[in-house]
Amino acid sequence: MAEEIFQLDVVTPQRVVVSEQVNEMTAPGSEGEFGVLPGHTPFLTTLRFGELWYRKGNVDYFLAVGPGFAEVGPDKVTVLVDTAETADEIDVNRAQRARARAEENLRKTDYDLETALAEMRRAEVRLEVAKKVKKT
Amino acid sequence: MPSLRHIRRRIRSVKNTQQITKAMKMVSAAKLRRAQIQIEEARPYAHKMAEVLSRVARRAKPGLNPLLTPREEKKVELLIITADKGLAGAFNGNVLRKAMEFIRERGDGVSLTLNVVGRKGRDFLRRRYSNIRKEYIDIFRKLSYEQAVLIGTDLVDRYLKEEIDAVYVVYTEFKSLMRQQVSLQQLLPVKPQEEVPSEIYQPDYIYEPGVKEVLDKLLPKHIITQIYRYLLESNASEHASRMTAMDAATKNASEVIAKLTLTYNRARQAAITKEIIEVVNGAEALKT
Repeated sequence: MAEEIFQLDVVTPQRVVVSEQVNEMTAPGSEGEFGVLPGHTPFLTTLRFGELWYRKGNVDYFLAVGPGFAEVGPDKVTVLVDTAETADEIDVNRAQRARARAEENLRKTDYDLETALAEMRRAEVRLEVAKKVKKT
Repeated sequence: MPSLRHIRRRIRSVKNTQQITKAMKMVSAAKLRRAQIQIEEARPYAHKMAEVLSRVARRAKPGLNPLLTPREEKKVELLIITADKGLAGAFNGNVLRKAMEFIRERGDGVSLTLNVVGRKGRDFLRRRYSNIRKEYIDIFRKLSYEQAVLIGTDLVDRYLKEEIDAVYVVYTEFKSLMRQQVSLQQLLPVKPQEEVPSEIYQPDYIYEPGVKEVLDKLLPKHIITQIYRYLLESNASEHASRMTAMDAATKNASEVIAKLTLTYNRARQAAITKEIIEVVNGAEALKT
């Protein structure tokens, strides 16, 4: 028998990034990473910037997703985020530059620490996700 | 009767104008197409957002979030969305008329401040009112979600600080290529939406971190999404409106050219007839 599936939609204000039948996923909830399998109980959570992973058949997919929400139902997950990039869309050079900039900002005394850390996190998540493109 | 040369010059001038209006129409058509695609792409997000919000808000007790709680409207802010450029028929005029109507009706007794998008609206309103608090110029050239974030965050912040009690928006709704309608909407406080009929019965969610926290994040996002939609619709309407206006202008130019050509031919014919008569008369005179 075929493995159970559910519908995953990743939507940003600009476009629909993913709309697929998948087997399994994890997403970066603001209270921590969570995983979803088909038949999950209804669940609404905020998301922070992080890595979203899903599996379709035997293939793994990775995305860097921005802050937003996830609505989880038994047969459907909708992820509403400000930004979402698939692993192969990520501009590695740009992310590296962003990380360098964030490092610099961290050293500045007059720069907001929270902002600098958030910038740092975003750059690092992007680089992490970009690395995984080869594995798929 | 104007001279032949004079008419010829006018025909050439009208033809040049016609070429410009025709080009503008084509440019607007291309931009409209892009604007329509942008609307389409933004729709799934906005739709889903509204659906989730209505479900959450229904459960929320009043007072759970200030953005949902109306208070006495003493300080009102009006967001007016116009275009940066003119030559779009009555597009800017219609928006501004509606805005002025609102200012006349609601401006008494409350402190009213304006947020203006678009150069045309800014220039017009600056001459009449001194209460423009924010202006956003030149955002339509490369319209993106970030611009809506900018406008929305500012409004939500001010609302939460109680610097304003309500926000209204005047924008142009894009109904179709031939029909655009100016519309006035209340943006803040968020009015609890009518229930979006859900296809399937869904039990309530587990909220993480909690209903209040989710709502705190969801509502500002909802406001921004709304503003983004208003910007997109206004943008599409502007191009549709300009396209229609330029199409009419091109047709008018054709008419003027036809009329002028007729006058020109008549004048030419008259001149030829006159010459023939002169030649014949001359020949007659020589005969005798």
